[in-house]
Amino acid sequence: MGAATLLDVHEVRRTFPKPGGDELLVLDGVNLTLREGEIVGLLGRSGSGKSTLLRLIAGLAKPQGGTLTYLGQTIDGPAHGIAMVFQSFALFPWLTVLENVQLGLEALTLPEKEIRTRALQAIDLIGLDGYESAYPRELSGGMRQRVGFARALVVHPNILMMDEPFSALDVLTAENLRTDFLDLWADKKLPIKGVLLVTHNIEEAVQMCDRVLLFSTNPGRVVTEIPITIPRPRERTDPAFEDYVDRIYVEMTARRVERVRTAPAAGVNLGTPLTHVSSSLVAGLIEAVAAPPYNGKADLPDIASDLQLEIDELFPVAEALQLLKLADVEGGDIKLTHMGKRFADAETNERKEIFSRALMANVPLAAHIRRVLDERAGHSAPRRRFIDELEDHMTEEAAAETLRAVISWARFAELFSYDKESETFSLENPT
Amino acid sequence: MRILPPVSIEARRLLPGPWDLLAAVLVLGFIVLLADASQAVIQPLSNLNQKPISLDPSALPGYALRTGLRMLVALGLSLAFTFSYATWAAKSQRAGTLLVPLLDILQSIPIFGFLSVTLAFFLSLAPGRILGAEFAAIFLIFTSQAWNMAFSFYQSLRTVPTELEEAGRLFGLSAWARFWRIEVPFGMPQLIWNMMMSMSGAWFFVVAAEAFTVGNRSITLPGIGSYIATAVTAKDMPAIFWAILAMLIVILIYDQLLFRPLVAWADRFRIDADTNDSDEGGESWALSMFRRSKLIDAIGVPFDRMMHWTYRLSAPISVGGAKAPSAVRSKVATIVWYLFLAGAAAYALWQIVGFAAIPLGFGELLNIVLRGFATLTRVVVMIALASVIWTPIGIYVGLRPHLSRVVQPVAQFLAAFPVNLLFPIVVFLIVSWNLNPDIWLSPLMVLGTQWYILFNVIAGASALPRELRDASDSFQIKGWLWWRKVALPAVFPYYLTGAITASGGSWNAAVLAEIVEWGHKTLRAYGLGAYITDATTAGNFRKIVLGIAVMSFFVVVVNRLFWRPLYWYAERKFRLG
Repeated sequence: MGAATLLDVHEVRRTFPKPGGDELLVLDGVNLTLREGEIVGLLGRSGSGKSTLLRLIAGLAKPQGGTLTYLGQTIDGPAHGIAMVFQSFALFPWLTVLENVQLGLEALTLPEKEIRTRALQAIDLIGLDGYESAYPRELSGGMRQRVGFARALVVHPNILMMDEPFSALDVLTAENLRTDFLDLWADKKLPIKGVLLVTHNIEEAVQMCDRVLLFSTNPGRVVTEIPITIPRPRERTDPAFEDYVDRIYVEMTARRVERVRTAPAAGVNLGTPLTHVSSSLVAGLIEAVAAPPYNGKADLPDIASDLQLEIDELFPVAEALQLLKLADVEGGDIKLTHMGKRFADAETNERKEIFSRALMANVPLAAHIRRVLDERAGHSAPRRRFIDELEDHMTEEAAAETLRAVISWARFAELFSYDKESETFSLENPT
Repeated sequence: MRILPPVSIEARRLLPGPWDLLAAVLVLGFIVLLADASQAVIQPLSNLNQKPISLDPSALPGYALRTGLRMLVALGLSLAFTFSYATWAAKSQRAGTLLVPLLDILQSIPIFGFLSVTLAFFLSLAPGRILGAEFAAIFLIFTSQAWNMAFSFYQSLRTVPTELEEAGRLFGLSAWARFWRIEVPFGMPQLIWNMMMSMSGAWFFVVAAEAFTVGNRSITLPGIGSYIATAVTAKDMPAIFWAILAMLIVILIYDQLLFRPLVAWADRFRIDADTNDSDEGGESWALSMFRRSKLIDAIGVPFDRMMHWTYRLSAPISVGGAKAPSAVRSKVATIVWYLFLAGAAAYALWQIVGFAAIPLGFGELLNIVLRGFATLTRVVVMIALASVIWTPIGIYVGLRPHLSRVVQPVAQFLAAFPVNLLFPIVVFLIVSWNLNPDIWLSPLMVLGTQWYILFNVIAGASALPRELRDASDSFQIKGWLWWRKVALPAVFPYYLTGAITASGGSWNAAVLAEIVEWGHKTLRAYGLGAYITDATTAGNFRKIVLGIAVMSFFVVVVNRLFWRPLYWYAERKFRLG
């Protein structure tokens, strides 16, 4: 490894204050290096702190612990030589394409003539010729992100950081922009030395990166590093490509699901945060797995691409099934349990019954709310009663989300009902 | 684009916090200070060397120009205030905790209250000359524009998208450059809209301020307002019609030459406009003319260059960037800040106590509060009446695009027309038919403000999505059911904003509307507005201050207890999208 180190992140820790005065740990002990000539991917679910890390590197925020060095110098503010492409483009709607691209150069106090030539070069390079005087709102999403790229490249940064740059685009546009970028990178036409890419799309990571760093959630940290050694240009249909995708899936599910699976032993209790997943998604996934060609057991990457779901969307559903013991998730596979199969074959009312029993047996919070409602004379209880209990164990947002999940599932199961206006739980169902 | 409700509506808490109380004490203390000073310097009016107002219609263009220029100067001042005050409040959390409640109190003070207590001060700035009176009039217009604009810009500053802010910092823009290149453009559309609304309201005040009396000090500034006042004393009906015509033309010119171009220009700063629909931006012949004009270019380019130069001047250089202030320094600053506030509050309290040392008596306070309830009743009844009339009409118009394209600008235009010019005509009618002023003066309060309800409801109805209308058509929802389940809920949030603005404006108008003259005949309605006006004419500062304080108390309480819960309920339940 003779290549020079551009960026070094060492044992970085970052917390956010919680309302109660506690601190929420977002990043803990994060290490990574970026060397010249590399594209490094940070892969993980949303909320895993990838974007926070990117902002630390960009000098937009400061870590509570650890060090970040760029070319041997500590980063303590936006550094000249690190540029960023944003997920939402972050273009200034009141500036034309040319003015947007020039903005970064103007701050460098270059002579006006050079600003113009360089901006036009960047626009040319990224394929925006003829759009110089257009305003962003006149452009399609793909063209807007091209402006985002041109604006970042024009300052000739050593490091280009990309925060989910393709995820706000449709599949076709994203693919087009990705391959254009990779072609320019391969031809060494880009005035950059290294790339840091944040993504939650596994295929994208395998297609673009030299190394993929898997990020865990709560707190975010790098758990595995997977070097991708397939020669470029890479084809998605290449078996080696598919192997990498599978391997990353297995790694991610193994880590994700282990936690949920071991939890019952330790007792899923009131304090276990839940993620809201709509019951129609739950039912949809069960049906899809039960149906041919899967017949009760499916490979997660296969079924994800079949259902056109991103991992971000698929994992929470799979986890919910695991939690409700309607399916088992292991080694990148999902397999329906006995109850899961019965659910798939049942009619609406029977499904509600199965779901209701699964909730009572496996989600202590649902059982708890039901018990309270049963015991109370009026069979109703205010939301505050439960949210207070939850907030003893988790953050305010997590408590609200957990309650939302339980309410939505209980509504489907007709276990109890909830009135949003008066914020009360009750056993009454409108008849 | 919508009018912004007052600060107390936006506040999430129902009960006033310590900062609200502090703000109230500071503002009241300041007013007392001014009133006290005014009382001290009050002296026989040294003759202002001014020409009497001529009722010849040929003098009107000159008067109209003076009135229009006053507005422009005040608008410039309001902008300067907005950029400094709102920015300070948004950027410094420490300052913001006080500055925002302060705005709330300032918004609730009847505008003429400011004039009553400051007139003597301004006149003493330029003794014996008309300049002092000009200052006072401009200050009055300023107070009627600035609070809204500042609050709108403050809101914008707090909602600048983080990515834009981050992109700016990442590319090394200094705080100064970020302010002018990101924050101001982002807040521009909302600010211009509020500027326009403030301006509409301000015509009402400028016209009244031109002929104003506090005790034995009176000002008569050449302008449309003083022209009308002179015409009223002379019972000259044709002159009144000429003045109304002149006013209409002035407002039309302002609309065409200033606001239409501004709104069309600001359209490019809108961040939400994904498509090319520029229904709100619209066309402006004046803007096209400015854009094509070489002269404007010649002025604009050097200015542009200068601004760019200043951006570079303060550009932070690469690595380094913003350093966090040291903990010790910021702690010291906090202590100094709190000490300063404590001092100011103590001084304000001392002022108030000293002022109230010779009490007006409990009876007087009771009298004022009772009169407050009388005015409150008027406002409530009138707003209710205006709502019943204008809501169905607004919905009818709003659902017909070709109609609303015509009616919407007309309603906005009418809102700008200073209705106090019409008061003499109404009074003439009341006198001739011998009607009860307690009842028949009331409509004057909403004459100018009812349009806010109309054009907001129109905006709400035209924002109703096509699909929802199609759905209700296909389910054959008609008649009362349609009004109850479709139309009224859809416009409700818009209606509320309009009604809140209208009710605030009506309180302000009460000061002028509850007491009106025709020739030497004076009509008086029982209410707090008439009380304040009487106290002003008599030069009784103690009564003025008490009247102002009670009126703003009424406004704040009504806002917090009635409008605020309703507003948030509507925002939660009926807001589309």
